[in-house]
Amino acid sequence: MLAIENYLIVSAILFSIGTIGVLTKRNAIVIFMCVEMMLNAVNLTFIAFSRHLGNIDGQVFVFFVMTVAAAEAAVGLALMIAFFKNRESIDVEDINLLKL
Amino acid sequence: METIAMPAINLAVIMPEILLSCIAMVLLLVNVFVPGNNKAYLGYLSIIGLAVTAASVVGGWGPSVSAFNGSVVQDNFATFFKVIFLVSAGLAILIADRYMAQEECNQGELYPLILFSTVGMMLMAAGTDLMVIFLGLELLSICLYVLAGFNRNRLQSNEAGLKYFLLGSFSTGFLLYGMALTYGATGSTKIHAISAFVMGNPGVANNTFFVVGMLLMATGFAFKIAAAPFHMWTPDVYEGAPTPITAFMSAGPKAAGFAAFIRVMIFAFPMLRVEWGNLLWVLAVLTMTVGNIIALSQDNVKRMLAYSSIAHAGYALVGFAAVNAEGAAGILFYMLSYAFMNIGAFAVLVLITKKGESNGNVQDLAGFGHKKPLLALVLSIFLFSLAGMPPTAGFIGKFYLFSAAIKAGYVWLAVIGVLNSAASLYYYLRVMVFMYMKDPSEDFEWAGATPAVAVCLLVAVGATLVLGMVPGTVLELAQKAVQF
Repeated sequence: MLAIENYLIVSAILFSIGTIGVLTKRNAIVIFMCVEMMLNAVNLTFIAFSRHLGNIDGQVFVFFVMTVAAAEAAVGLALMIAFFKNRESIDVEDINLLKL
Repeated sequence: METIAMPAINLAVIMPEILLSCIAMVLLLVNVFVPGNNKAYLGYLSIIGLAVTAASVVGGWGPSVSAFNGSVVQDNFATFFKVIFLVSAGLAILIADRYMAQEECNQGELYPLILFSTVGMMLMAAGTDLMVIFLGLELLSICLYVLAGFNRNRLQSNEAGLKYFLLGSFSTGFLLYGMALTYGATGSTKIHAISAFVMGNPGVANNTFFVVGMLLMATGFAFKIAAAPFHMWTPDVYEGAPTPITAFMSAGPKAAGFAAFIRVMIFAFPMLRVEWGNLLWVLAVLTMTVGNIIALSQDNVKRMLAYSSIAHAGYALVGFAAVNAEGAAGILFYMLSYAFMNIGAFAVLVLITKKGESNGNVQDLAGFGHKKPLLALVLSIFLFSLAGMPPTAGFIGKFYLFSAAIKAGYVWLAVIGVLNSAASLYYYLRVMVFMYMKDPSEDFEWAGATPAVAVCLLVAVGATLVLGMVPGTVLELAQKAVQF
């Protein structure tokens, strides 16, 4: 069995890739995929700690995170379709009607 | 690997949540049979549902009862916050029908969605397990994403929904990563177990996982309460979302964010008070100042109120930074008053704007004071309260928060807070100047209040004045609520 550090490093790298993706990508769906990657990196952290601590709470948490991610995907894609219908684009640079 | 022991089930503790969820589901079903132009009835039904839930919530006032193996608690702290959530949901529902009829997007799903997000908020306040807090937060957020984009034919609303969704789920990632690292460092997701672990192992304060985990969690919560520098989404989402939803979002979910933030930070990490105080000090000053300074230059009243709501989160953070019982009681009282005065201001805004939310700039208010003297008076009371002038609830709330900060030794924080309040007077009074002292450029006509909006305004004005003049009872309840 690998030491827990390996799992934590992998998940930290995945989380960072997700974060950088959210900050640099322009397509809303790609951004959403990056958010999903962040959530799955968190899941990996939970599982690794759960195994390491011999405590099942972390694994239960992962089930809830996956459920929530599924619900978020349903709502998020619906919002993107509504936006696309009116704007014919899902480029975040076109989400510009409200000034920042 | 341990086996899962079946925890003791005590459904009485989560009775209000169960009730409200069932009512919301029944309303979804009823919605199918209600014809399109009668969706207001769903609103009245949901008000009844909220009242029933409120009765069940208030019945739980008294000694704390913990249930589900320490995952959920029924204590006065949660009860006080639940009342705030129910009040803000009720007031927002009262103004929803008028707005939705005007914008011609009268979909009945609005009301169940508001109720479901209220259930999420209640779980956030009652949760004593990171898992329950996370689930409550997501139930709240996912409903709010839909509500922000509810007017799906209006591009601004689509944008608000999409922006809120992308940034909200991004911040959820940080919150969750923080929870995962805290779990790894302390071996539990239960707040009392984390607290016990931290007490037993003071060395954990130097553990990288633990510190990074806490900071990430604080980031996630700061996003939800729209504290600077995590406030960038707020003005856009508040401006684009339908006005009743904006009113709801600025009162209820913000209070829920504070409830969970206080629960996690003060209960779980009591020995880190000094560190928290310093961190929140910076957050409070930034939030107040950024919100107020940008609000000064806003012409659109809705956007101005959005920036002012950032500033108000900053005032509440002043009480939080004090990390004492007065500060926490101050936040409770302030969030309750804020729900009344802010939703009240938005209710008048609903009456002022025309279809497509046009006519919502300060300049368009010229002559409003002469044409609609009563509504203008009501709006002035709300604005005075938001600015923190006596004899309104906003004054007592701010007074209490700032005196808590002074008691904790943060004199400068209180000074900055008072200076900020003074600056905020400018943009609140500017609205009044246009209402009373300018002549209308065109001959504008404003619609009168519908009965539902009138009830909302009456309740909000009454509460703002009563909480401002005789705050004793409610303050006492708030103090009792924070005796952990």
